Amino acid sequence: MTSTPLFKTLPGADALVRIWFNDEPMRVPGDGSVAAALLTAGVSRFRATPVSASPRAPYCMMGACFDCLVEIDGVPSRQSCMVTVREGMRVRAQEGARELPPVVAQSPEQSDDR
Amino acid sequence: MKHPAFASPDVLVVGGGLVGSSVAYGLAREGAKVTVLDQGDGGFRASRGNFGLVWIQGKGNGLTPYARWSRDSAVRWPMFATALAEETGVDVALRQPGGFHICFSEDELAARENRLSTLQRELGGDYPYQLLDAREVRERLPALGPAVVGASYTPMDGHVNPLKLLRALHAGMQRRGVRLVSGDDVLRIVPQEGGFAAHGTRDTWRAGKVVLAAGLGNCTLAPQVGLNAPVAPNRGQVLVSERVAPFLHYPTLNVRQTDEGTVQFGDSMEEAGFDDFTTTRVLADIARRGVRTFPFLKDVRLVRMWAALRVYSPDGFPIYDESTRCPGAFLVTCHSGVTLAAAHAMRIASWIAGAPIPDELPAFSGDRFGLAAPDADAISVPAH
Repeated sequence: MTSTPLFKTLPGADALVRIWFNDEPMRVPGDGSVAAALLTAGVSRFRATPVSASPRAPYCMMGACFDCLVEIDGVPSRQSCMVTVREGMRVRAQEGARELPPVVAQSPEQSDDR
Repeated sequence: MKHPAFASPDVLVVGGGLVGSSVAYGLAREGAKVTVLDQGDGGFRASRGNFGLVWIQGKGNGLTPYARWSRDSAVRWPMFATALAEETGVDVALRQPGGFHICFSEDELAARENRLSTLQRELGGDYPYQLLDAREVRERLPALGPAVVGASYTPMDGHVNPLKLLRALHAGMQRRGVRLVSGDDVLRIVPQEGGFAAHGTRDTWRAGKVVLAAGLGNCTLAPQVGLNAPVAPNRGQVLVSERVAPFLHYPTLNVRQTDEGTVQFGDSMEEAGFDDFTTTRVLADIARRGVRTFPFLKDVRLVRMWAALRVYSPDGFPIYDESTRCPGAFLVTCHSGVTLAAAHAMRIASWIAGAPIPDELPAFSGDRFGLAAPDADAISVPAH
């Protein structure tokens, strides 16, 4: 899952925070993006594509390519390059298409439509 | 001849969208030498903005040949898709499990019953459909929200990936020798000895036959060769979501899940001239209806939105014609280039190549609009 990082932090980087990636604890520079933090920690597989299940990692780092999708604190398919890393975040690889919440049986009278 | 490398074609097809490409692909299968003249990237392109339905349900109210014609195309679609896959390697993701029109009021459901029973009667009973109440439709689509009171279903409907379809058609026709010229906007067509000359922004092209498949551009080109194409833009707006796990195994008129997992929301209709920009109000309505249909989509992220212009005739039905004043000039225009792609490739192409005119076609002559201006006596009835 993690390997020798291709990236290293510049001198004077932000203080470290603790996050989890796929239940593995890691200390990463705070206040950057989640994507930058994971890359610094040596994470190379952020997700697998829904169509071909190919592994993916961040590409554009600016919100355009959607290749850095991960689950953050239970919310699936977040663009990790667009989210600031925070102490205690629980991050998971986005393996394939996000799941939808289970269908809850609803009776027709309970409509809350506007 | 300016282009010695390319011998003069038999047919010029003006327009390289789904309609022109389907006809060109079909003509090439008939053995014709074809050149397709396409606009540049700035052209209006319903082919790249449409919803991707192969839709039959409800079509042809007031013109039953349209119901027959559309359905015949849907029946031919599997063969068409298989041929494209074999020739190009592109799987256009055709699925025809039948489709739902979701209703939110008893009035809406009654209107569906009325429309579909009328069509069934006019077609002599050969028109399968079911009206489903709230309980019945939930058995088929468990994720429906509480506001849904019922739906109509027909086994005739389906959907494809329309972008893959356009790619497959371009690949398939070129593999069969069709020359695709991009970035030449045809401004004028002149009948001349033995055929036609099409004057574009870059070049002049000549052939014995010309097919107008230029979408909204047909309006001004058709009268130059004695044809009538009073088409006008009708704007549709579309939203598409991130990819989600498969949950919707049937197309509906407003919401469908694509082969690759994204969810499309659409089916707005507006007369906005040649403005193909999106508007927040319409997109909000589309999103609201989508979430009303499937409430668990409320947290799914939308990743893109766009608008495109349908090519709409005054009565919403296609126009197919051969010019009587200039024989050899054909007009092929409609707003259902996906549904009718199989008919265009197989039946329209044969007719243009010289086979007898298909039985349904005389009903679609542009003569039905007279020679008046496009807005004269316009009936604005959505064709689905």
